[in-house]
Amino acid sequence: MNMEGMEQQQEEEKAMLHDIAAMLREFEKDRGKLIPILQIIQGKHRYLAPKALKMVAQHLDISSCEVYGVATFYNQFRFTPPGKHEIKVCLGTACHVKGGGIILENFERKLEINAGETTPDREFSIERVACVGCCALAPVAIIGETVYGHMAPSKVEGLIMGFEIEREKEKREKEKIEQTQ
Amino acid sequence: MNKHNKKSAEDNYTILRHDVERRLTEFKNEDQAHIYIGMATCGLASGAMDVKTAFEEGLKEYGVNADIVPVGCVGHCYAEPLVIVAKPGFPPILYNEVTPGKAKLLTRAFLGGEDPLFEYMLGAMEENDMVPWVMEFPRFNHEKKVIMGQSGLIDPHDIKQYIEKGGYEALSKALGSEPEKNLSEVLESGLRGRGGAGFLTGRKWQFVHDADGENKTVICNADEGDPGAYMDRTILESNPHQVIEGMAIAAYTVGANRAIFYIRAEYPLAVKIITQAIEQAKELGLLGKGILGTDFDLEIDVFQGSGAFVCGEETALIQSIQGSRGMPQLRPPYPAQKGLWNQPTLINNVKTMASIPPIIMNGAEWYRKIGTDNSPGTAIFSVVGNIVHAGLVEIPTGVTLRSLIFDICGGIPEQKKFKAVQIGGPSGGCLPEEFLDTPIDFDSLTQAGAMMGSGGMVVMDENSCMVDVAKFFLDFTQKESCGKCTFCRIGTKHLLDILDRITRGEGREGDIDLLESLSMDIKNGSLCGLGKTAPNPVLTTIRYFRDEYEAHIKEKRCPAMMCRELIAYYIDLDKCARGCDACVGSCPTDAIFTTSNRKKGIDQTLCVKCGECVSACPPEYDAVRKVSPPNLAPIIERPKEDKND
Ligand SMILES: Cc1cc2nc3c(=O)[nH]c(=O)nc-3n(C[C@H](O)[C@H](O)[C@H](O)COP(=O)(O)O)c2cc1C
Ligand code: FES
Repeated sequence: MNMEGMEQQQEEEKAMLHDIAAMLREFEKDRGKLIPILQIIQGKHRYLAPKALKMVAQHLDISSCEVYGVATFYNQFRFTPPGKHEIKVCLGTACHVKGGGIILENFERKLEINAGETTPDREFSIERVACVGCCALAPVAIIGETVYGHMAPSKVEGLIMGFEIEREKEKREKEKIEQTQ
Repeated sequence: MNKHNKKSAEDNYTILRHDVERRLTEFKNEDQAHIYIGMATCGLASGAMDVKTAFEEGLKEYGVNADIVPVGCVGHCYAEPLVIVAKPGFPPILYNEVTPGKAKLLTRAFLGGEDPLFEYMLGAMEENDMVPWVMEFPRFNHEKKVIMGQSGLIDPHDIKQYIEKGGYEALSKALGSEPEKNLSEVLESGLRGRGGAGFLTGRKWQFVHDADGENKTVICNADEGDPGAYMDRTILESNPHQVIEGMAIAAYTVGANRAIFYIRAEYPLAVKIITQAIEQAKELGLLGKGILGTDFDLEIDVFQGSGAFVCGEETALIQSIQGSRGMPQLRPPYPAQKGLWNQPTLINNVKTMASIPPIIMNGAEWYRKIGTDNSPGTAIFSVVGNIVHAGLVEIPTGVTLRSLIFDICGGIPEQKKFKAVQIGGPSGGCLPEEFLDTPIDFDSLTQAGAMMGSGGMVVMDENSCMVDVAKFFLDFTQKESCGKCTFCRIGTKHLLDILDRITRGEGREGDIDLLESLSMDIKNGSLCGLGKTAPNPVLTTIRYFRDEYEAHIKEKRCPAMMCRELIAYYIDLDKCARGCDACVGSCPTDAIFTTSNRKKGIDQTLCVKCGECVSACPPEYDAVRKVSPPNLAPIIERPKEDKND
């Protein structure tokens, strides 16, 4: 990663921690609120940074390892930032029977990462999920908020290409604006 | 409860109902058409949003007046997006697989004109002499809707629509009676919990009712962890108030003033709809303080689960609400005595709660008449997999598996053969053809080796490998084991390793016996239902499909040709057309090359066995073959010069 990217990430983290600190003040110091607090943090910032977990532990007056113990128990929580486009491939029963595993492999191969990882440019991340409730459309993948039913290996390439074209377009437009300024 | 409440709950309801009806008619123009669009998760995934936009544009474009009403899901997921058009002078008509193009056409020809476009419709929702009635089709007339009666027909965002259909009348009736009267009604109805185990609901209520405790809680279990079942979510998204009403009746009956919805985190739309529904019920005095003018108070909160299958188990669920890791606890004490924060707690599934209002309204006797004697009422299944009409089906218990799969859901696509049906999710079992005449109820399914469980039902055709299915479920339970019991934690891992070896062609003599004895140990050595039932998929597949295991182990062959390490694809050079390139572009790994006489070959070292080339090959050539074991594929060398480009 280049220096600029790193600085930007540090800035982002600082802003995030600041925001979390403000949010925590709103919550009473109730041990029973641990999971909802973690959910709100992740809902807003998309992952639980180590420093954020420490802040939660301090706020609730419990040990960091207790917070970690709870957070790691549940599949919902993630500890690294996801990609800009979060790809979730369903491997529930119906999707498995209809070849969801092959869809997942195609995403992994195409993006050169494994499920649970994020691409180095932080554009994409892949996750496996169990049943998103559209079994009649199996196999299913979800990117961001959009559900893609009846997936086929050949559709994977097209989807990713679509995002890449979009990104190129955005980049070019940004350059254009910069040039005109 | 004090006596003067008795009349007032029902009187207050009547006033409320009139008020709602008045408000609805104020807005409703009887001469105007209504367009109901199914917009639950499955509808949205099939493009319901675009359809809605197309209708909106069409109405503007052709200058037609009509109301668009977003509704939930009727369960016919295979036919989504579904739209019902109700136009004065016509019966309400159901259209399937509506595209934006069809939406525009409908707006012009039917809403703007008089032509209901017969070619696009599934049927009419009411009997009439113009259009065939949907109830004449098996998919509709075998069903019996008690729980999902209003799903897909009313707007889940608007409590008034539920009330207009008689919603919350059951609550007013329950509040007008002594709790004990409601209790005996539920007991006599014979309702059994729809969360899986089928425990008598009335008995459970009795325990909580009788238990001592200041702060009793009612919990609705909407964790729905089975990776192939989605009816609970559909109910919450399509008709939230029926569940809320059931919870309120339960709370009044057992003496609780606090209730919690425990909803799975993966269901954001359900969380949103339920939260909104609770707010609306509060505004109308159907929740909160002094419900319907009585002195009964009830607050309902929503708690989001965080994605752990085991948290569907009631004691683990309680742990997780208390902010801990969701580890099941030893029972007794049962939650009915010592549950949330050590207070008596009633936990029921979504479907159980939703069954309560109809039972209170129509009486126990009415309910007992539906379905079988031992499991009265209806059951909801999500029938998916290799099936023509995939979706949610609500049937009276006692219908046979054959009738459900073949009559109601249209059988197996592409004229393939039925092989097995997996019922009950990770805790359930796989049943072969011989069991198709088993009636669907709690006891018959358990006897056959499966279970009602979550209501997940995956139909598998001849191309599904039973060892692979067992491996799939073990992979799931192994990951979801909370780790408390050694046998569950390590035993499932061993089972999975052995199954994995078998599907890779490395099975050994004696593996089947080992799987069986290990399974028994896991069943006996586990505390909660997860471990006790996790080996079921393995045991039933061994019991009914032993020959498949043996073929994998002894011949290194997968009879269903599904286990990828045990199969190979090759191109039949006699059939392959010279110069055709259809398969080349479909291959994600560029494994297909051109032979010296301009036909195609597959490079086995690159092939990932995804099967894309099979679908890409034009049917008139049909040249791609699949074989098991893989060494049956003829060796076709890539021409030397081809390698360099
Ligand atoms: C591993 C495991 C997972 C479970 N998952 C669910 C679930 O997702 N939904 C549910 O209602 N019950 C689930 N149960 C059953 C609950 O423990 C409990 O019996 C049920 O919620 C009671 O409701 P009922 O009486 O209405 O059936 C599960 C049980 C086990 C052992
Ligand atoms: S199994 Fe994939 S959506 Fe249900």
